[in-house]
Amino acid sequence: MDLSAINPVLLIASLMVAATPILLAAIGELVVEKAGVLNLGVEGMMIVGAISGFAITVESGSPWLGFLASAIGGALLSLLFVVLTQVALANQVASGLALTLFGLGLSSLMGQSYVGIKPPQMGKLDIPVLTDLPVIGPILFGHDPILYLGIALTAAVWALLKYTRVGLVLRAVGENHDAAHALGYKVVRIRIMAIMFGGACAGLGGAYISLIRVPQWTEGMTAGVGWIALALVVFASWKPWRALLGAYLFGGVTVVQLNLQAAGVAIPVEYLAMSPYLITIIVLVFLSRDKSGAPASLGRIFHATH
Amino acid sequence: MKLTSLLATAALGLGLATAAVAADKTKVGFVYVGPVGDGGWTYEHDQGRKAVVAEFGDKVETVYVENVAEGPDSERVMTQMALDGADLIFTTSFGYMDPTINVAKKFPNVKFEHATGYKRADNVSTYSARFYEGRAVQGTIAGHMTKSNIVGYIGSFPIPEVIRGINSAFIHARKVNPDVEFKIVWAFTWFDPAKEADAAKVLIEQGADVILQHTDSTAPQAAAQAAGNVITFGQASDMSEYAPHPRVSSIIDDWAPYYIARTKAVMDGTWESKDTWDGIGAGMVGIGEISDAVPAEVKAEALAIKDALADGSYHAFTGPIKKQDGSDWLGDGETADDGTLAGMNFYVEGIEGDIPQ
Repeated sequence: MDLSAINPVLLIASLMVAATPILLAAIGELVVEKAGVLNLGVEGMMIVGAISGFAITVESGSPWLGFLASAIGGALLSLLFVVLTQVALANQVASGLALTLFGLGLSSLMGQSYVGIKPPQMGKLDIPVLTDLPVIGPILFGHDPILYLGIALTAAVWALLKYTRVGLVLRAVGENHDAAHALGYKVVRIRIMAIMFGGACAGLGGAYISLIRVPQWTEGMTAGVGWIALALVVFASWKPWRALLGAYLFGGVTVVQLNLQAAGVAIPVEYLAMSPYLITIIVLVFLSRDKSGAPASLGRIFHATH
Repeated sequence: MKLTSLLATAALGLGLATAAVAADKTKVGFVYVGPVGDGGWTYEHDQGRKAVVAEFGDKVETVYVENVAEGPDSERVMTQMALDGADLIFTTSFGYMDPTINVAKKFPNVKFEHATGYKRADNVSTYSARFYEGRAVQGTIAGHMTKSNIVGYIGSFPIPEVIRGINSAFIHARKVNPDVEFKIVWAFTWFDPAKEADAAKVLIEQGADVILQHTDSTAPQAAAQAAGNVITFGQASDMSEYAPHPRVSSIIDDWAPYYIARTKAVMDGTWESKDTWDGIGAGMVGIGEISDAVPAEVKAEALAIKDALADGSYHAFTGPIKKQDGSDWLGDGETADDGTLAGMNFYVEGIEGDIPQ
């Protein structure tokens, strides 16, 4: 065993990369759930975003266009959920599950001709002096732009929900849609916008995996990250910064367990492999003991005449 | 009544006609563990399939199913292939071993060929390539090329084939560089680009400047390219899109001659169950072009080993070699027998860490 081989600076830098897809998807889902909608289709929207972004990046040569396309792809798929749950008033849990299954199949179909292709790379942030700083440089100033977008989005969602009128209205819709409706807010319209935002974020998260973290396309490559993001939102008590913490924790343990393996730690690999899930659940269960965060109308169907 | 019998006759006629057409063609099925576009293991098997089609043209019909999970799923796929009239089925991953044997019992007239396994039956052959010979060449290059003296190795599953590769690479890296160390990460997958990329990044972060992989995707190559000063080797396929750097050489599996020969045997009715284990000499294992990133003298040394392995004058496991626990395995000049190699479940002396059980 040689723990000195693990470089903490690089470890933190790479855990941020591992956490970003989860963070992006979780922040999107957080907004959706704050609006009172439970969309279990995160995994489906992520994988569709992953292939949309990958395909457009390969075709156009521009990762930026690819990320834009992934957000659009995720949002478009979420429209299906909108039609089912907001227009046809179908059960949200069943619709969300269907969305995931549909997304996985659709992405395999879309990705047929993109297996094994190398996508153009997005450059990393490179600020003279700052990026070269020891310790702080690689952690804070050496990443790709989307990683910063994820953190910025967390801050923006937090500020929006806490300080703005838009956030207040969104929360009102999620807490009591009848009251919000009586006050004259367009409950369905607000929820549709929230769902599409969630879809776009999930799409971005998916594309982060296929364009930056791996970078390659394979079927089912999101490998359950969408479900982790979903669980994270609940355990984080619908608080954006806790979602960030949870995502970094999960990403961190994922990276640490590989590091431990490479350093030859004598814990059986199987335990190491399950540790990210286990530790994230345990920590967040403790964090989520106050139940105040759950939107009261979460998962309930709204119909104006009821 | 007339109508029914007429229909029955028609149906029977149709059935006979289909059977007649099917009898004309030899139907060959392939079960793949990854997608045909993986650029590695499955890609090369599919090249072999294409070679069969090119060789026999209309006389053969091939079908394949890709991305078949090892385990019960594969059993279902094989059964379906056999029911659809396949005469010969190639199952191309280690984890298909028991499913292949199970399905073969139910279809005694269908011939099965299982890659890299060790269980045979009257209608089940096994075939594999001596990838460890290629690993010997890789180990030689890796030992010379590493500056940090740390070589990262991405293992898939702790099965004899993979362990053989690790041992062979390690022995030859140590031979040219006594200070070299191996860091091994088990991915527990044959094909999962995300996991492979993570594993490669971790190894690079821990100082490895040579990455060997026994997983099938090009993700570790991409990770090495991003890191800059790391070299890699193509696995199963040439992976030449990453040449000349980071990919400096590769092990290429060439299944085409074997697949053609076995299909021919089924056509002629001469097929019988056997075990094939060919290496560089027979052409089943190819060494991809060693790129200019490798100094000329290292390249020459690697090629010399390759030639010696090919003509049989040198065996990749030649003693003295001790096991990891320090006990003797091979005496001076002694070479390993195939039985021990096929079931290899120990590291040789000098490798740190345990094999996951």
